[in-house]
Amino acid sequence: MVSVMEIYQLLPKTNCKKCGLPTCMAFAVGLLGREKTIEDCTPLVEEPKYEKKLEGLRELLAPILSADATETGMIIHTEKCYGCGNCVVACPVNVANDPKGTAIGRGPVSGKAILIVEDGVVKCVNVDQCRRFGPEKVLCSACIVTCPSKAIEFI
Amino acid sequence: MAFCTGCSLLCDDIEVDFEGGKIGRTMNLCRKGRGHYDSLCVDRLAPTVDGSEVGIDDAVSKAAEVLAGAENLLLFGWGNSTLAAQKVGVEMAKKLGCVIDDPSSYSQGLITETILKGELPTCTFDDVRNFADVSIYWGDDPSSSHPRHLSRFSYFPRGEKRQRGYEEDREAIVIDVRKSPTAEIAADGFFKIPPGGDGDFMGALMATLGGKIPKVEDKKKMLNLGTKLRKSKFGVIFTGLGLAHSVKGELDEFVSLVGKLNELTRFSVIPSLGDYNTRGFNQTLFDETGHVDRVSFKDGVNHGPEFGIAKYLDACDAVMVVGSDPAAVLPASLARKLAKIPMVAVNSHRTFTTDAAKVTVPIAVAGLEAGGSALRTDGVKVEFDAVVKSDYLPDVEVIERIMEAV
Repeated sequence: MVSVMEIYQLLPKTNCKKCGLPTCMAFAVGLLGREKTIEDCTPLVEEPKYEKKLEGLRELLAPILSADATETGMIIHTEKCYGCGNCVVACPVNVANDPKGTAIGRGPVSGKAILIVEDGVVKCVNVDQCRRFGPEKVLCSACIVTCPSKAIEFI
Repeated sequence: MAFCTGCSLLCDDIEVDFEGGKIGRTMNLCRKGRGHYDSLCVDRLAPTVDGSEVGIDDAVSKAAEVLAGAENLLLFGWGNSTLAAQKVGVEMAKKLGCVIDDPSSYSQGLITETILKGELPTCTFDDVRNFADVSIYWGDDPSSSHPRHLSRFSYFPRGEKRQRGYEEDREAIVIDVRKSPTAEIAADGFFKIPPGGDGDFMGALMATLGGKIPKVEDKKKMLNLGTKLRKSKFGVIFTGLGLAHSVKGELDEFVSLVGKLNELTRFSVIPSLGDYNTRGFNQTLFDETGHVDRVSFKDGVNHGPEFGIAKYLDACDAVMVVGSDPAAVLPASLARKLAKIPMVAVNSHRTFTTDAAKVTVPIAVAGLEAGGSALRTDGVKVEFDAVVKSDYLPDVEVIERIMEAV
């Protein structure tokens, strides 16, 4: 899990406001929330003295920016997943959207489930229904705490 | 909808697409089940005699020859066979006057037998899902062995009287020698015991339930557990290999603990069995003889540890192993002994046992290539049909043909 402070340490820390935010700390929060990109910090990209910091930042943020993470920041480590479906059954959105399927421990029947088990591992679909989606997100952790193999994490 | 015979939960909500004879997209199938489905096209067994490939008819007649020439024959396995095949197997053991045994003789046979005799109360998984508020996993790690156990029945789903699921309505307690993946989920409900310490834990729990102070390190945690169990409305104990191996054939203390719990509230026991139809074989043999394994039909019906595979290997001169792989599971010294005995192996896949066998006879994979019925680990009968066409014969047909030939 990447922290805001780790990102902040790799920024210019000049509070130049070129990115449109008042401070470098605010920019670090924006980067972690994926509202900003590294290229928005023009001094970091253009000035050669920040080359090492830029390299470190790209390395640090690689898992966050990878295609594996959903829009909610969910990463499923499929190599760890057992496909047990604990997260599918425990997910409060699945329970509400699919009362005759996932809520009672069976496979989804309504097509509105947000977590499903496909090919032996869990997969995230209908991501816009997740409680962690959008600006007014709720930091729900039902799928994380119910995973026996720690295969799910949010960034 | 298809069935999965990958473990004894016999999941019935599987969706599967076949792409040119291979498994394509599957839905609701856990990783273990997916591996079971994928194995359909991998390492299938061919009919062989002394290592060289022959036709199925030749393999069957050679198998019959091996069995007919034996004086002390052992029929072993049966956990991965359909109920019909198991029935024919018991019939065959009776006719040939030989010994029949299954892997439960070195796993949970004793617990299953006590349940079938009615000395331990049991219930179905549907009762667990609808009513249970305390699930105790004793020496059992279903997250690894039966991946959908917790999500389908025992902890996470909402049920009739358990509408709020695991968050408020259910409690998971794990008693194990290590922090297993199931124990990770149970968090505070995990009780770590030393290997072989199940008896002491039972004693401490009995004392707690009897209102005494238990002689354990963490007295507060134990007293809290006692209060939780006393207050529960419907508890279930899922037993695993850990408990079965720790009690060493003496189940009296466990039976009296469950009895004590039933004086205070309602508690049931469900064993987490390995092969998909172990419970079926145990039930079939129990109905016939009153015992779940280690039975000899030589002079009437005899039962005892001397007829278990571990001991009987010294006395027997031929073995037929059906749908099981004892060579991979038994200790090396016993596996070596097994490999030296003339053996007929009936299996869907190539295993260590089939590699060591004199004659191998292939069968179809039940639930995918062949239909049939089986008993789930809680004793509920499940019937399934074939979902894909195959040239392999169903297990019941193969066993019948071998029996006829003998």
